[in-house]
Amino acid sequence: MFTEEEHRKVQEIRSHYPTAQAAVMSVLHLYQDKYGYISFEGMQYVAELLEIPVEHVLGVVTFYEMYHDHPIGKFHLQVCTNVSCLLRDSDTVLETISKRLGIAPGETTDDGTFTVTEVECLGSCGTAPMMSVNKEYKENLTPEKINEIIDALLAS
Amino acid sequence: MMVQTMDNYQPILLPGIPDLHKINVYEKHGGYQALRKALAITPEDIIEEVKRSGLRGRGGACFPTGLKWSFMPRDTDKPKYLCVNGDESEPGSFKDRQIFEFNPHLLIEGTVITSYAIGARVAYIYIRGEYEHWVRLMEKALADAYESGYVGEKMSGTLGTDFKVDIYVHRGAGAYICGEESSLMNSIEGKRGYPRVKPPFPAQNGLWGCPTTINNVETISNVPHIIRNGGDWYNQIGAEKHPGPLLIGVSGHVNKPGVYELPTGVLLTDVIYKYAGGVRGDKKIKCVIPGGSSMPPLRGDQIEGVRMDAESLREAGSAVGTAGVIVMDEDTDMVRVLTRITKFYKVESCGQCTPCREGTGWALKVLERIRRGEGRIEDLDLLVSIANNIEGNTVCALGDAAAWPIRHTITRFRDEFEEYIRKTSKLAAA
Ligand SMILES: Cc1cc2nc3c(=O)[nH]c(=O)nc-3n(C[C@H](O)[C@H](O)[C@H](O)COP(=O)(O)O)c2cc1C
Ligand code: SF4
Ligand code: FES
Repeated sequence: MFTEEEHRKVQEIRSHYPTAQAAVMSVLHLYQDKYGYISFEGMQYVAELLEIPVEHVLGVVTFYEMYHDHPIGKFHLQVCTNVSCLLRDSDTVLETISKRLGIAPGETTDDGTFTVTEVECLGSCGTAPMMSVNKEYKENLTPEKINEIIDALLAS
Repeated sequence: MMVQTMDNYQPILLPGIPDLHKINVYEKHGGYQALRKALAITPEDIIEEVKRSGLRGRGGACFPTGLKWSFMPRDTDKPKYLCVNGDESEPGSFKDRQIFEFNPHLLIEGTVITSYAIGARVAYIYIRGEYEHWVRLMEKALADAYESGYVGEKMSGTLGTDFKVDIYVHRGAGAYICGEESSLMNSIEGKRGYPRVKPPFPAQNGLWGCPTTINNVETISNVPHIIRNGGDWYNQIGAEKHPGPLLIGVSGHVNKPGVYELPTGVLLTDVIYKYAGGVRGDKKIKCVIPGGSSMPPLRGDQIEGVRMDAESLREAGSAVGTAGVIVMDEDTDMVRVLTRITKFYKVESCGQCTPCREGTGWALKVLERIRRGEGRIEDLDLLVSIANNIEGNTVCALGDAAAWPIRHTITRFRDEFEEYIRKTSKLAAA
């Protein structure tokens, strides 16, 4: 499943720690980057790769918010609604997105293109309101800017 | 050396030099000279210098950094570790991110010096998973530092030293609790991020059961300056008992939100009006949370004369925390703010201790009931008693972090909560 280069990357990550277990988070990030989510087969694969029990891998996947154990939309819009963003009107951000895409937070569009979730503070409070789109931070959002972002995603 | 006062203060953590993130620019501005100086003296001397500087941790608890380092055992066969805490997930905090982006080599230089001082041969820089972009920036800077021989195998060639340290970035995966130091260590070990019961403390029994020191990113970034200019020089910057530069992140209803580097002891009102451009639409301030969402909120009429340092903020009834200043204008709905903050702690509680797990959930239910127009005046006392039951009865300080905003928001904004209930609820009458 991993290419030779990815296997080298796993070996490098492994060399940073005295135990194999410690490498699991980075290897899971690598796996999710490639497949978009981590299926049970994926957990088994990572467990075999690191020679650790699959229960440990499962335990980690379910503890941390960023690992998905089921597929999500191609573009994941994560809107921060914590206090600093709330004060800078994250309500309007959510409303604009929901109206445009026809989905509420926690939902995915029927064609699997967009998933929208409400998330906790992403460390961007000085440029609120904000969201992250997959890995990228989009800050100082306005309705116009949000629509432009969605247009660009649809065109990509 | 020029005496730094509030008015002529020159930033040293984020000095705004173009391209400072590049190693050659950093070197040109004196970068990695502190490391050379440090390696020429003993680890004990470095710890003494840092003690003399008065540096206190910037991760929230203001613990004296030199003292923390001195807890590391000298005579042990076990490997020792340094963890640099860049989890930065406290709502209202966005300062460490600026160091990753604009001055990564300062952090790396501080990490190497600290490792030498405590005798660590491996250091992990823990960065929250969502900061993937900043993880890449740090990894790039680290690769350059390795290449130049300031870190790793080539250190003996560049620095003529036997001392060698490897630094690795460990990326988190979305869990506020992993900023708590024992949870952070479990996370580095590749486990679920449950906090550990203390004692034993990390200096005795930390990563993989070995002596470990955990410091915040900003704390470590002060170290090269202390070594370069001396503890006495550092000690006269800012507030007497809590000296040094402070990265203050201002968010909420101000005209110019952002991170401002100022000496500790700067007036909170100066931070808001002089640096952050004042309140949007010239409105009055209803509330300021001075140190990230876990710290007790201050009413607008409580901030006059309050300074951004541990002592002044404690006297005012709050704490410096992560120096994330959240400003709310007169139109802010405090019931909604407290409900949102409480939801955060409920979601992020790891669930290990009953008072934290149940208490945050219960408090959230009561607050949501009030927001639905089904509140009772007694609910306010109930909320305070829930907070009192959480505080001090849990494994880690997330419990306190959840309890403080509840208790202090209710007590300091009680009129508004009562009025809210009276106006919206048929059940209001006690
Ligand atoms: C729930 C919780 C979250 C925390 N999050 C962070 C964090 O994101 N960054 C940080 O440096 N310290 C955080 N801390 C504080 C750390 O436990 C620890 O005190 C700190 O990293 C020590 O570094 P310092 O002495 O340099 O401040 C958190 C504490 C708690 C209880
Ligand atoms: S106080 Fe809360 S977050 Fe901390 S260990 Fe207990 S349940 Fe977990
Ligand atoms: S509150 Fe939204 S990024 Fe911090």
